[in-house]
Amino acid sequence: MNSPTDKNNPETGVKSREERAHHEALSPSSRSVTFGPDTPLKLDAGGELSPFTIAYETYGSLNEDHSNAILVFHALTGDQYAASPSPVTGKPGWWSTMIGPGKPIDTERYFVICSNVLGGCSGSTGPASINPATDKPYGLDLPVITVPDMVRAQTMLVDYLGIDKLFSVIGGSMGGMQAMQWAAAYPERVNSAILIATASHHSSQNIAFYEVGRQAVMADLDWHGGRYYDYDVTPKKGLAVARMAAHVTYMSEQSLQNKFGRNLQNSTEKGFSFDAEFEIESYLHHQGMTFVDRFDANSYLYVTRAMDYFDLAASYDGQLAKAFMGTKARFCVVSFTSDWHFPTSASRTIVHALNAAGASVSFVEIDSDKGHDAFLLEEPEFFDAINGFLHAADRSNDQSGNHDDTEERS
Amino acid sequence: MSKPDKKALIVGGRADNTRIDFELVADMINPNTKILDVGSDDGALLELLRDSRNVEGRGIELSQKGVNKCVARGLSVIQGDADEDLIYYPDDSFDYVILSQTIQATRNPKLVLEHLLRIGRKAIVSFPNFGHWRVRSDLLFRGTMPVNDYLPYSWYDTPNIHFCTVRDFVNLCRETNAEIEKAHGIQGDGERISFSAPWWFWNLFAEQAIFLLSRKR
Repeated sequence: MNSPTDKNNPETGVKSREERAHHEALSPSSRSVTFGPDTPLKLDAGGELSPFTIAYETYGSLNEDHSNAILVFHALTGDQYAASPSPVTGKPGWWSTMIGPGKPIDTERYFVICSNVLGGCSGSTGPASINPATDKPYGLDLPVITVPDMVRAQTMLVDYLGIDKLFSVIGGSMGGMQAMQWAAAYPERVNSAILIATASHHSSQNIAFYEVGRQAVMADLDWHGGRYYDYDVTPKKGLAVARMAAHVTYMSEQSLQNKFGRNLQNSTEKGFSFDAEFEIESYLHHQGMTFVDRFDANSYLYVTRAMDYFDLAASYDGQLAKAFMGTKARFCVVSFTSDWHFPTSASRTIVHALNAAGASVSFVEIDSDKGHDAFLLEEPEFFDAINGFLHAADRSNDQSGNHDDTEERS
Repeated sequence: MSKPDKKALIVGGRADNTRIDFELVADMINPNTKILDVGSDDGALLELLRDSRNVEGRGIELSQKGVNKCVARGLSVIQGDADEDLIYYPDDSFDYVILSQTIQATRNPKLVLEHLLRIGRKAIVSFPNFGHWRVRSDLLFRGTMPVNDYLPYSWYDTPNIHFCTVRDFVNLCRETNAEIEKAHGIQGDGERISFSAPWWFWNLFAEQAIFLLSRKR
């Protein structure tokens, strides 16, 4: 197909969560656009990807001069269903507390776009997608995808939607990396950027935790070198362990202690066994098992790898400030006190670089005991900051004449 | 009006006096310039400067509540402190750097002042004068550290660890090669002291002082 095509898929009709997830990977129920052979995507790993599909969801409506679009990015294992129920789990969108009518990212004012990342498994091209060269799933034949690759694909989506300049780019964690990449690589296309609980590069500790996860997946015999699709199995045990290890990094010591302490799962008596005795164990098992039903194991390898490779400063002679030199965009950087996965120090590094670049930047560290996951939860001060920043961005946009809805007085 | 932390000292309950302080700062600033406000508090000064002087303003503020208020006002303010974060700003990146009622709460006032004059072409510093006659009378007659409506903290819980007098500050300017371009003294009743008055007079009667400084050539 030569031109991008847009489609709305009908209801799937399949039953189990795992089947639904697989179906969504190949044929998403959200909107999607496929870029054909005349618009290939250049990849950092070398070569081109073509054709490829980006699955996305939108909320609110685009105004006449196309100036109210906000691109929201999901984190590692998220999807495009930021503010609408997931077709796989049926649960509300992962940021439905943040995005909606009257919410901080107000869909009565803004046109909100969220796309599934390249390499993901919710409808955008990823390792579970069919490789047109073989008519089989890519598996590990899909080139390694980087954050800049994801962003390059998003620019094509934004072009396709007829938007020159985004009112804001907003994301947490890996989503924050994408927002940062947008602001650095396409400064003229971004009015403002909100970078939440993120970092300009993955730390050695971050890479280490993700490598534990990847090794767990690859050690599972059902992984079959990434070709498990051919065997009608999935490396569930390995992927569950990967998720469990990662999940620990998303929570703070304090929140684990408050939630579970040393409570026993089923009784007051110790069983002296290796079953899930403690509540925290059974909680982690649950996290692992619900994850494997909805997420593709190879995708997990790709998205964690994308984060590992992210190092924005490296593309600018090792000087992060150079990435933002001359930018006119306004920035808001947010961190959480108990986040040890992407600690405040990582946010400060970004803030210092933005200062050195002379950029307009606000930075808040939100007091929370919820750890890295705080950015997905309803923290009033966090919401106030986002609300205040966007409101101000709106005002400065008005002043610079980008809006024509200023009051006429007669 | 609730005033957070370290900045409360001068203004505790004296909203009108605060405004004189701000207005004097605003008077020192040319329109359409780029300024950094170190210790932005709730952003009132930055907002005043943005609205009345059309400045491009940035700020640093210690308290999260303060930063949140600033951000809600549409100001570009980061959470940080004068001792730690000034180092990250390049030379000459601002026309003015303002340190309003904050220098006495910094760990290293001399270094902070040097940074102000490095980052900004001009620096504006305001502070409470510890040489004021009321402070002296507390020490002389009561033998205690002063606690009053403009110095509201007890000695053991004050964030203000480096109080100075007007004369001390003038000496520091000399040591750091700062040229005093303008100065204002404000008395307790809000009256201004003329710049031509001798320093000893200032040192006795100014509750707060505001200096416009530049680098000596």
